Amino acid sequence: MNTNFSRRWFVKSLAAVAVIVSFPGVVFARAKGAFNAGKTNDVVDVLFGDLPIEESTEITFKLPDIAENGAVVPATVATEIEGVTQIAIVIDENPNPLSAVFDIGEMSLADVSTRIKIGKSSVARAYVKTSDKVFMTSREVKVTIGGCGG
Amino acid sequence: MNVKPVKIRGRVKGVVANIKCLMPHPMETGTRRDDAGEFIPAHYIETVTCAHNDKEVMIAHWGASVSKDPYFSFKIKGANAGDSVSVSWVDNLGETSSGDIVLK
Repeated sequence: MNTNFSRRWFVKSLAAVAVIVSFPGVVFARAKGAFNAGKTNDVVDVLFGDLPIEESTEITFKLPDIAENGAVVPATVATEIEGVTQIAIVIDENPNPLSAVFDIGEMSLADVSTRIKIGKSSVARAYVKTSDKVFMTSREVKVTIGGCGG
Repeated sequence: MNVKPVKIRGRVKGVVANIKCLMPHPMETGTRRDDAGEFIPAHYIETVTCAHNDKEVMIAHWGASVSKDPYFSFKIKGANAGDSVSVSWVDNLGETSSGDIVLK
């Protein structure tokens, strides 16, 4: 396969998504820029601004080490850290790395699960935001296309 | 499009309710092509709002990289049997759907 071609196609398709996604009209407070961002660093800038980011072992980030089907990868983020206001799941190698942001209300626990798409083997990150700090943990996920185990 | 309701299951354990939902939705990223080589337009859930007794407890903002027919589970503190839980979503095309249950 010609990688240059697919790369160009990929960039073009990204632009197409950006046009559609940037269409205004949603009333919710949604960090649109973060979802359109193409790099993890940009996602973090938009979501967390100047808040310090610290690696933490107090986040439980459940994700398979090897995902046979990248279209459906179960992910769970849970933590006992106090005062969590937001949880974010970021996949470095995805065209738009930010998958999901969860606004945690006072009456909900910092414990969410969903299923996400992962395009290819990547570093996956879970961010947990409190009022004055952001905690992060990361994991490698290997995606085996077609489930051949290779 | 034929919008389907959100399926919700909930269970109270002690003072915490574990809520699980399934939302039938295509979750198209906008980068896939159909058989004719045309892009399939992006179509995905952007915002999911979860309420406990009509009070918002959790809002999820999603990108197109959440899987098709999304699964979502979360936990509510201070929940009792008989409480109501509702989950509703809005997608990038402005379609909406919701579902609710009474906790047992």
